[in-house]
Amino acid sequence: MKVGVAAASALEALLSNPMRSLLTMLGIIIGVASVMTMMAIGEGARIQIDQQIASVGSNVLTMSPGNMSRGGRSFGGGSGKPFNEADVAAIRGLSIVDAASGTLSGGVTAVSDSANWATQVLGVDADYFTVQNWDAAEGRIFTAQEAGSGALVAVIGKTVADNLFPNGGALGQRIRLDGTPVEIIGLLGEKGTSGPFNRDDQVLVPLSLSRNRIVGGNKTVARHVNRVEILVQDGVDMEDAQTEIGDMMRERRRIQPGAEADFRMFSVADFIRARGEAMNTMGILLAFTAAVSLIVGGVGVMNIMLVSVTERTREIGLRMAIGARGGDILTQFLVEAVSLCAIGGLIGVVIGFGGALGAAAVGGWPAAVSPFIVGIAFGAAALVGLMFGFFPARRASRLDPIQALRHD
Amino acid sequence: MSAGDPPPALIACRDVTKVYRMGDQEVHALAGVTLDISAGEFVAIMGPSGSGKSSLMNLIGALDRPTSGEMWIAGRGLSQMSSDELADLRNETLGFVFQQFNLLPRQSALANVKLPLRYARTEVTDADARAAECLELVGLGDRMDHRPMQLSGGQQQRVAIARALVNKPRILLADEPTGALDTRTTEEIMGILTQLNRQGITIIVVTHESEVAEYASRQIHFRDGNIEVDSARPNAKRA
Ligand SMILES: Nc1ncnc2c1ncn2[C@@H]1O[C@H](COP(=O)(O)OP(=O)(O)OP(=O)(O)O)[C@@H](O)[C@H]1O
Ligand SMILES: [Mg+2]
Repeated sequence: MKVGVAAASALEALLSNPMRSLLTMLGIIIGVASVMTMMAIGEGARIQIDQQIASVGSNVLTMSPGNMSRGGRSFGGGSGKPFNEADVAAIRGLSIVDAASGTLSGGVTAVSDSANWATQVLGVDADYFTVQNWDAAEGRIFTAQEAGSGALVAVIGKTVADNLFPNGGALGQRIRLDGTPVEIIGLLGEKGTSGPFNRDDQVLVPLSLSRNRIVGGNKTVARHVNRVEILVQDGVDMEDAQTEIGDMMRERRRIQPGAEADFRMFSVADFIRARGEAMNTMGILLAFTAAVSLIVGGVGVMNIMLVSVTERTREIGLRMAIGARGGDILTQFLVEAVSLCAIGGLIGVVIGFGGALGAAAVGGWPAAVSPFIVGIAFGAAALVGLMFGFFPARRASRLDPIQALRHD
Repeated sequence: MSAGDPPPALIACRDVTKVYRMGDQEVHALAGVTLDISAGEFVAIMGPSGSGKSSLMNLIGALDRPTSGEMWIAGRGLSQMSSDELADLRNETLGFVFQQFNLLPRQSALANVKLPLRYARTEVTDADARAAECLELVGLGDRMDHRPMQLSGGQQQRVAIARALVNKPRILLADEPTGALDTRTTEEIMGILTQLNRQGITIIVVTHESEVAEYASRQIHFRDGNIEVDSARPNAKRA
């Protein structure tokens, strides 16, 4: 007997009792919809993380003073002895390093002719733009020479530009940073938010300008910098790079072998990845929930198929009497169970599609419903039908023809 | 006849018993029946209720296996056959007509008649035509799209006969086919069976009614699981 014929008569059997079929499918529908939503959420979150990593650069290291115990989890660092420009130059000189920039940050009030805005000023080397793969969307970034000489120039982020110059035209204007006049030579491209920190709400100025006239110098360390941003060469293992830079810095800061370092290094990409893993664990948990509802749905299907086998015992006997083999009966009921689940799966896919779009809208990540995800969700439903339909189908196929015919 | 050779008759039973066990009670439905039915016969099986008629029909119909004894259908020993082989035998060689018609209620007459072809081992390409032909043979050419509910009892039984005929069986088994029908309809049905018998199909009918048995060329009377009388009737009623 061909499966096509079996499917047609299966559909007919299901349609003969539409309400019951629908109620039975409910578990499958919910299961499939949640499998799909979960997978789409996981996939969307992964895409978002990849985008974030791409935006910060996956081979960027940030070094800040203060060790783990003193610095705690705080990103701010800066509690220990700062680095100086000689350290930055030494790091830049390593063969595994493509670019490195010291940074010096502080709060500042930026004032234009028409507005003022409390923001963050960040003193950087010209290398900073290379490390961050960041360029001016309008105007230009400052040169190494401007950076070295402490020229009175600034490159400002989108948020700053919007607040100081609501009507546009920021480029070429003069603003004051806590009283220091600077010329806006460039507007940075948008970077968006990384964690709690809005990266577009910054004013970038030459490092020495920031040290000499805005943030101020350090009592103990001449030409100091707060942090060092390092771009490691492509293809170099980040762990190895951390070890090599770390060893050199321990030497430069005369830390005894075995003693705890008074600085630390981290990669933002690693941090984002770690956060992604936490989301993954969450996703696995949710997938587990989805699997449970699929199983519950499967048990419902099994139950209704057993009822159906009992109700149709005479029909089974008749089919056997006119020549159906046990295998034919098995196929018939298996196809029926799978059809039930497949239809439930289809409805679930439609609902899950909506769920995935909704979750993406709420969570603010890209909606990621791929054919692969639809396939998995639908396949899971069909598999549930096969697994839970088998027992009732086998029971039907093993009925004794005579007893089945006598059944009332 | 040497030990291994099958008997020449189309249907052969040798010392067949059927014992039903209900708890610790045993019911001897058939107590050693030996019987030959040749191709082309029209046999009526009669006897009081509980005498074993249906039990024998089920064995001949390969729906059930005997407790002991051996049976052959068309030269094949049933005890050696697997349940799949028995299913194929029912599909190809045997046709059933039941007292309760046993039609699928949601299917049209045509679909009901076609059903056995769905289980045929060799693919049937002209199922619709064959089913229609059989329905015409039983006089229901104009009722093919009707569902069982929309047909009278006699018409339903004719659909069932058409279904039994569709895969061209050599043997037609009917257990009280007219038990649920009135006299006039009974005559119609028996007329059809007689006509089929004339075309060469071997027919076995179980019945309580002597008017039905009149049509048969041989009457076998059962009592307590044994053949009591087995008589040829050369002047059977010809419809
Ligand atoms: N499945 C069964 N389990 C137990 N006993 C059975 C079963 N089928 C038949 N019997 C018993 O076997 C005996 C013969 O039954 P069978 O149905 O063959 O009689 P019958 O001649 O067809 O009777 P009727 O004319 O009433 O149809 C009866 O005593 C019956 O109760
Ligand atoms: Mg009976």
